[in-house]
Amino acid sequence: MNTILSKSPGSEIKEHISYRGQLKRSAITTGPGLVWLVLLLLIPLAALGVISFLSRGDYGEIQLPFTLENYKRLLGFGLLGFDSLYPAILLRSLALGAGTALICVVTGLPLAFFISRLPARFKTPALTLVIIPFWTNLLIRTYAWQILLAPESWLTRFVHAIAIGNVGDPLYPGTFAVAIGMVCDYLPFLVLPLYASVEKLDWSLAEAAMDLGANRMRVFRHALLPQIMPGLIAGTIFVFLPATGQFVIPDLLGGAKTVMLGNAIQQQFGQSRDWPFGSAIAFVALALVMVGLWLYARKSQGKGGPDLL
Amino acid sequence: MSLNFIAALLYLFLYAPLAVVIVYSFNAARFGAGWSGFTTKWYGALWENSLALSATKNTLLLAVSSTAIATVLGTMLGYGMNRFRFPGKALFGWFLYVPVFIPDIVMAVAMLLFYSLLRKWCSLFELGLTTMILAHVTFQIPFVAIVVRSRLVGLDPALEEAAGDLGANEWQTFRHVTLPLILPGIVAGGMLAFTLSLDDFVVSFFTSGPGATTLPILIYSSVKRGITPDINALSTLIVLASIAGTVVVTLLQRTKKV
Repeated sequence: MNTILSKSPGSEIKEHISYRGQLKRSAITTGPGLVWLVLLLLIPLAALGVISFLSRGDYGEIQLPFTLENYKRLLGFGLLGFDSLYPAILLRSLALGAGTALICVVTGLPLAFFISRLPARFKTPALTLVIIPFWTNLLIRTYAWQILLAPESWLTRFVHAIAIGNVGDPLYPGTFAVAIGMVCDYLPFLVLPLYASVEKLDWSLAEAAMDLGANRMRVFRHALLPQIMPGLIAGTIFVFLPATGQFVIPDLLGGAKTVMLGNAIQQQFGQSRDWPFGSAIAFVALALVMVGLWLYARKSQGKGGPDLL
Repeated sequence: MSLNFIAALLYLFLYAPLAVVIVYSFNAARFGAGWSGFTTKWYGALWENSLALSATKNTLLLAVSSTAIATVLGTMLGYGMNRFRFPGKALFGWFLYVPVFIPDIVMAVAMLLFYSLLRKWCSLFELGLTTMILAHVTFQIPFVAIVVRSRLVGLDPALEEAAGDLGANEWQTFRHVTLPLILPGIVAGGMLAFTLSLDDFVVSFFTSGPGATTLPILIYSSVKRGITPDINALSTLIVLASIAGTVVVTLLQRTKKV
């Protein structure tokens, strides 16, 4: 069962307890956590939403009147006519998220199949090797690429030697470095749910397709792909959503041309001190993630995708 | 290209960053990417680095206290959500997943904003370790609750019924039957919460104040100024701790199945 988005299982409810009794017990058990999350998450997010409709004072303070100016500016219709800066940031975030997800799919598929075809005693170590980077601090894995992609590093020299990109162009900072950092950080997010699907594959379907004369491509497309689709979709979502809202990776590996939603938010809450506008960007980022999640929940309902946790 | 070759390349790709940090932590050169001999002096320097020591202390203090609170609240929440009804439960069940998927930075600025609004009335919300603990507990609770709840789902109801038939009241049943059965789930949820707290940079960065630097914040600000070998030494220790932790958990899971 898909635990993360499924409704709470009804069979476990203690039906013999009266409605008042249920309420009382809920208040004791669920109550404290619920109150905590309402006070420290729901209200702050609501405040963020309200402030996104307010204005910035001359000294960076938050003030009335209510306005749609922040959202207009985000869409490019600022006070000074059309400005593509923020629409570009929005599109770039989506594109980088989608691009990362795509590269992770292309690289994650062979890795998941490789692990599933290993002899049983090597599977756990091979999988653990994927999990270790997943549990290692993202900041460390990201700044390491600054060393690896430095102009004088052997990797940079090698890449230039086989003439990818213009010789002499630095590999870092820039879009290339951000993409490398993102794929390296998010590959385990895709491989883990995908592997769960690949491991359960019914290979007899592939054999049947082969017996019927299908080539390797068609076997994969028609006999294997439909079976691993739930894991593939779940993995793609796990990469795409957090990658779109990433802040650390573009901050450490990118430059002015790779500003993403996360960096724009930080800028407004930091140097620019325009909290209402920063709130509007944050709110849009949140909306993007929630809509994506909702679409996934609707599509995967009852299809039995892998557990998200 | 064979599958094995592609897989080898991908493992190399995943481990190159970890390897380079470890190798460079033994590099005698203070600046640049050139290699100028093997040394362990950066590890010795860490012990005298009061910033690194206090950041380690803050990180552990933050992780331990937030995990303790979140494990208790999250366990109660997971149990209550599994067993009892209340109006608006389906909606709240959905809301529980918001902290799981929300971009870190959105949660971070929402907290920053909220604390700054509260500070107008109450000085308790001055940015520091307290505000960081409050923030960490907030993103930890749902993870613990979800893990505990999934453990409860797999439980055989007959065990609790038997306890009831034998005269145990509700609390006794919970204390002596349910709690020991879901303990592995609580431990797993707590470890997840602990790791999330140790790893967190973004939420900590926005909700920390002067004197409340954690290891991720220290690494970030050092990297912003330019990577130095002692930061590589510190990162190497963190990487080795993560590897050890993951391996231990994997081994524990394996022995449990047998």
